Amino acid sequence: MTTEHTATHPGAGDLPAGESLGRDAWRRLKQNRAAMVSLVLLILIAIACVVGPWLTPWGLNEVNWNAFRAPPSLADGHLAGTDANGRDLLTRTLYGGQISLSVALVATLVSLVIGVLYGAIAGYLGGRVDNLMMRFVDIMYSLPFMFLVILLMVVFGRNILLIYAAIGAVEWLDMSRIVRGQTLALKRREFVEAARALGVRSRTIVMRHLIPNTLGPVVVYVTLTVPKVILLESFLSFLGLGVQEPMTSWGVLISEGVDMMQGAPWMLLVPSTFLAVTLLCLNFLGDGLRDALDPRTR
Amino acid sequence: MLLYVFKRLLQAIPTLLIVITLSFFLMHLAPGGPFDGERQLPAEIEANLRAAYHLDQPVWRQYLIYLGNLLQGDFGPSFRYKDFTVTELIAQGFPVSLELGLWAIALAIALGLPLGIVAALHRNSSVDYLVMGTALAGVAIPNFVIAPILALVFGVLLAWLPVGGWNDGHWRNMVLPVVALSIQQVAYIARMTRASMIEVLGTHYIRTARAKGLSEREVIWRHALRPALLPVVSYLGPAIAGIITGSVVIEQIFGIPGIGRYFVQAALNRDYTLVMGTVVFYGILIVLLNLIVDVLYSALDPQIRYDD
Repeated sequence: MTTEHTATHPGAGDLPAGESLGRDAWRRLKQNRAAMVSLVLLILIAIACVVGPWLTPWGLNEVNWNAFRAPPSLADGHLAGTDANGRDLLTRTLYGGQISLSVALVATLVSLVIGVLYGAIAGYLGGRVDNLMMRFVDIMYSLPFMFLVILLMVVFGRNILLIYAAIGAVEWLDMSRIVRGQTLALKRREFVEAARALGVRSRTIVMRHLIPNTLGPVVVYVTLTVPKVILLESFLSFLGLGVQEPMTSWGVLISEGVDMMQGAPWMLLVPSTFLAVTLLCLNFLGDGLRDALDPRTR
Repeated sequence: MLLYVFKRLLQAIPTLLIVITLSFFLMHLAPGGPFDGERQLPAEIEANLRAAYHLDQPVWRQYLIYLGNLLQGDFGPSFRYKDFTVTELIAQGFPVSLELGLWAIALAIALGLPLGIVAALHRNSSVDYLVMGTALAGVAIPNFVIAPILALVFGVLLAWLPVGGWNDGHWRNMVLPVVALSIQQVAYIARMTRASMIEVLGTHYIRTARAKGLSEREVIWRHALRPALLPVVSYLGPAIAGIITGSVVIEQIFGIPGIGRYFVQAALNRDYTLVMGTVVFYGILIVLLNLIVDVLYSALDPQIRYDD
């Protein structure tokens, strides 16, 4: 009973009666106006990116032969103008958002899985194994990853799956450190001892009892990783090393916009605004979550 | 202290070996070779060339030879720039990138520190909100968006400064790239300085300093500033890495002949040896700079002494 209780309500013992950590954090988050506005905006952007391309009257690569580099206007239905090839910019930006956001989510998920497992195992096993695993992380930290990722892209071609994997493989280091620190503190707690005394296997202890209890800091870190990944993807795409035609992403669109900046400034401004607003909102939300979940500010 | 530096240098060796080994074997997985041109070379000449560059040897021998050459600062021939070795290209580009990077770091510190301190001293005032709001925008808007906008506004619309080019490092050519490169770091440094300054100002010894009647100026300059700067110093490592990475984009946008631009062009042209050479070079650079920052950090913080 005790172990199950702790597994489903992480850290419930520390709180005033009748309120779970999750609900408490949510209540505190709701009081943070910047974080809530950001959350709503992010949801809107995500919905727009998923649904939007179907609602606009133009397809992703559909050329309007009457409107090359047309400025935004209500009259012809190109709300955000067209690009140099007469394609509707709003459709492309929303579709590019799908790619940018999906890269962000998948790569963050990859880094989350690797980082959490790695950190939890290192922290739980402790001793020499922990030392060795963390020394490895130290070495990985000092690698110039950006450049190795670019090298990977050059050698293996510019594949979107590779982008997911490469970025995910870069970003797991911080996550593993955070989870390891948490695990080190948690594994001395009574509920872990109780589980061990009941004969629960190490694997189950790590998966059922340790990892769920590290979720608070992990959630905060995820919201801070997503903008980093979006930035990385658009950086690569901007240099021509990321997402390739006929697909597009915010980085690709910004790069096209830079080339056309003088004649068609909307080509730079529209995708940049989407990117900047998304990054800002994620930063606000991350800060808000940190304040909401940090027990020290309670 | 010397012992610590020595130990850190020893620790840097495996890191560098990983970078070099990874890039070497990736490079050998890549299709094509340095002598695949449009013009088919006569078989004898190609055999001679391959022998001259040890391409006829087994891969592990080539690896050892490459390591040996690296120790002497030789990165091999470039695939594309036929008349240049990679070392020559790096030697040409690096001084330019270095100058750009140093100015950017200097500007980031010169702007970021005072902004952060002012914001901390006037916490929750309109000055604070203004500085932090701007800093947040600086964090959220990537430098490859800021740079072209700067070029458009100051280069094209106002025509105050050249849009691109290097012109042997004339200051007018340097202003826009340096500003574009440092904006993000200014924002980070300002945010960090503010946070650590606020933390220090809340400590007991600052209260004591105030209680014994020191003037506010003395409290801040003599007691609060130094400890508040420590987290900022430790951020210098990532800041330098950020500026090095950023210079890749900025040099591309402003057409500056530094190693960043060589790197991107080599990557797009699949000039494998040049890409690899620059990656290894960047690796060494980042490891060494991190070492310098750590030594600086230990020199500033009396609580940290690396004498074990």
